Amino acid sequence: MQITVRELWTMVHGMGFGALYLLACSGALVELWRMTTGRGVGEMTVGQERFLKVYLLVMVVLAWGAVLTGTYVVYPWYRAVAPAGTVDLAGYPQRLLMHSAATSGWHSVGMEWKEHVAWLTPMSITMVAFVFARYGRELGRHRQLRAAVLGFAFVSFLAAGVAGVFGAMINKHAPVMGGAVISLSGEGR
Amino acid sequence: MSVRAERTNGSGAAAILAAGVGAAALGVMAVAGDKSAAVKSAMIFYRPTGPLSGVTTVAILIWLGSWAVLEWRWQRRSVALGRVCVAAGVLLGVGVLLTFPVVGDLF
Repeated sequence: MQITVRELWTMVHGMGFGALYLLACSGALVELWRMTTGRGVGEMTVGQERFLKVYLLVMVVLAWGAVLTGTYVVYPWYRAVAPAGTVDLAGYPQRLLMHSAATSGWHSVGMEWKEHVAWLTPMSITMVAFVFARYGRELGRHRQLRAAVLGFAFVSFLAAGVAGVFGAMINKHAPVMGGAVISLSGEGR
Repeated sequence: MSVRAERTNGSGAAAILAAGVGAAALGVMAVAGDKSAAVKSAMIFYRPTGPLSGVTTVAILIWLGSWAVLEWRWQRRSVALGRVCVAAGVLLGVGVLLTFPVVGDLF
């Protein structure tokens, strides 16, 4: 069983940071919704408040981890330019997608949207975490602040979802491959 | 027994509006980087990533810069939060729409 360095980084980006963020975000949305409807924040204990602050901070780390690894580690491999005359485009995912009319949309719409919209996620959730860290249980007395925080958290979820869905589909049609091989079992040694 | 004064909404409003500004900046930069060869070239901060490196870095700087200014101006004030939230929501919507290539291609 083997995996290449590029595949490993793609997994860290998509499954490690991205998917974990989506999972965490669904939990945060439920809690923020409870707060926004006034059925949570007033009864929140100091321990629960501290837990939610840490939880949101972890989400901030996951969101930034996802966009930074995506943009600066995986994306350069995705957009690598194939040398002239290259016939096998397997190592050049963007070129491989653009090569066929049946798959070019995955780049021209999918990747073009994903690479930009994903950045709304860390921006939004950083704001959400900051506002909760600053106000904590006092948010119970700021209805509009709570509503805005919930709205931005929801958009961060949608943006991460768009990035995740297109990322998965693009990697299905033109996977990022190559690089050093890491052997995960004794085979081939 | 000490009673803590209620925190003003200014700091939260600053963070919310700045997030909207950052989102809109991202959308505008994405379209500009796609439509203008000069902007596209200027946005290559890190060659392997191409213009995306500059587009996102500039948007992040606009977001953080506007946040710092708004926080400085509003942190001890109470502001008209309803209007701030509407403005932030509109800016966020603009950002989401402009990052969508089908919409960006209209310009």
